[in-house]
Parts: sequence; structure tokens; C-alpha cells
Amino acid sequence: MKLFRHHVASETCNPDMTPMIDVTFQLIIFFMLTLNFVTEDQSERIKLPESELAKPPEAPWESPIILQLTDAKPPTVIVGGDEVGLGLIKGILQREKQRLQELGRSAAKATVIIRADRQAHTGTVQKLIKECQDLGFERFVLRAREKYTPVSQRT
Amino acid sequence: MRLGARDTTGFRRFELNMTPMIDVCFQLLIFFMLTLKVFATEGDFDIKMPLAAISEGTPKEIENPPIIVRMKADSRGRLAEILLTEKPLKSFQELREEIKQLCTGRDTTTLEVELDCDYVLRYEYVMEAITHVSGYVDQNGNIVKLIEKIKFKPARGGPVE
Repeated sequence: MKLFRHHVASETCNPDMTPMIDVTFQLIIFFMLTLNFVTEDQSERIKLPESELAKPPEAPWESPIILQLTDAKPPTVIVGGDEVGLGLIKGILQREKQRLQELGRSAAKATVIIRADRQAHTGTVQKLIKECQDLGFERFVLRAREKYTPVSQRT
Repeated sequence: MRLGARDTTGFRRFELNMTPMIDVCFQLLIFFMLTLKVFATEGDFDIKMPLAAISEGTPKEIENPPIIVRMKADSRGRLAEILLTEKPLKSFQELREEIKQLCTGRDTTTLEVELDCDYVLRYEYVMEAITHVSGYVDQNGNIVKLIEKIKFKPARGGPVE
């Protein structure tokens, strides 16, 4: 038999979790929206040259084909996630040309986007352009990374 | 989890256990944070590389011959010399000033720059040259365009083994 009953002061603390959950959901949504799964067209191996005039195009390019030229020796090209030697690029471009023709488009109107490494030889870049030209590609753009110009350096 | 506990007013109070949901949310958050890849903004430069057209008869007289920018490289691919139609220049900044003078009072759409580079020259110098001939950023941060028609001459020399 208990003579004395001890009353333990128990206080349950129930913090309001709603704001934290709100913030967490907002963060999840933010990261989901900014997540970029398509990285094969932006290989991290390519260190692009910088330019203060490099701005994203106002309209998307017509039938873009992205060729990423590495500074490897001998030089290689990353196209559609595959890395091939410069000598084998013609076969890939031929397939691209056929694919365009099947879609009713011509190679002359397609845009070849060249993402070349800053250390790559200029001659190699020109060789790559020549390979494309031989197959009828005419429109080329050179991609660069945007560089911020400080106000003091502006002319 | 206490389901069906009675509160002081006698109503049943249902308390959902939020812990597993918060756990999952945090795991998702960490996953997205770790997989996030921040890419710098990229921009494009349009270059003119048309196929050699087969023309008949005598060639037309060229109104504005292309402005030749010659860039010589050392054995390691670094820029050794810049020449603007045979005139040696000290820097890309000087090249821009010369191009600005050439563009003054002229229709820039009729002007064209031809880059004449050594094979081994690093591509970053080509991009630097393209940047300096095609425009500049003014004091207000706006891009002022100079010559947009740029083409390449076949590279000189060959790869160094």
C-alpha cells in the first residue's frame, strides 16, 4: 500500500512543426526544379574558355548537335555521352545527318554547337569544323562560359 | 502514437506521428542538395563557315576585304604574337581599340574578321580574340557589338607530337 503518492511533474513539449515542414517542402521543391539530370551535353571534363560577351541565345538553336572537344592527346570528341576519337566523328555525324533527313530537315540548317576545351589546339577545333563541313553542315557556334566584367574594367 | 486519447473536453484527439514523414523529407532534401550541380551560364558565338560556293565567271570585286587577325603561338601553344593586318599589337585590349577605330562611321555588318592562327595555339586565345573583335561591355553593362562576322583561315602548321 502506498502511503505517499509522488506526483512527478511531467511536461510534454509539443513544438509546432508546421513552419519547419513548410520550409523543408519549399527547399525540396527548389532543389527538384533546379536539378539537372541532362549532363551528357555539359561534360565536366570540358573547361570552356571564358568570355564577357557570352550570353545564352535568345531563341533555341535549330536542330542542335553538340560536339565536345577534349584536350586529350590524341584529341577526342564527346557526342551524346560517347567519347570517340576525332577520326571516328565522321561516322557519327553521318548518322546525325541521316536522322535529320528522316525528319525532313537538312544538315545545312542544323546548328553544330562546339564546346571545346580551352586547352585544345585551335587546329583541332578547325579540323572538327572541317569534318562537319565535309558532310554539309554549315552553321556553327562556339560555346564559351560567361565571365563577369567588373565595372572598373568596362570600357 | 496516441490515437483516440480523450482531451479535457471529452473529444477524441488524433495525433499523427510526423517523425517518419520528417525523416523522409530530410532524406529527400539531402539527396537533392547532394545531386545539385551548378553550371555557369554559357553563351554562344556564331561563326561563319560556309561551304566554298562554286561560282562561275569572273569573281566579283570584294567590297570590304576581311580584316586579318594573325595569332602566332609558341611551342607550348601560348600566344606569342598578335598581328592586325601585319601590324603587331601588344594585347587583346589594343586589338579591340583598333577594331573600334575601324568600325567608326562604317556599317559593321559589311565588315568581316578572318582569324589566322597557328595549329597549336590554345583555343582560349581564339575565344579571347573573338570576344575582343565582336564587341565590348560598356559602363552600364550593355553589350556593344562591333564585328559579328568571323571566320577562320586554315590553321598554319600541324600538331606537335
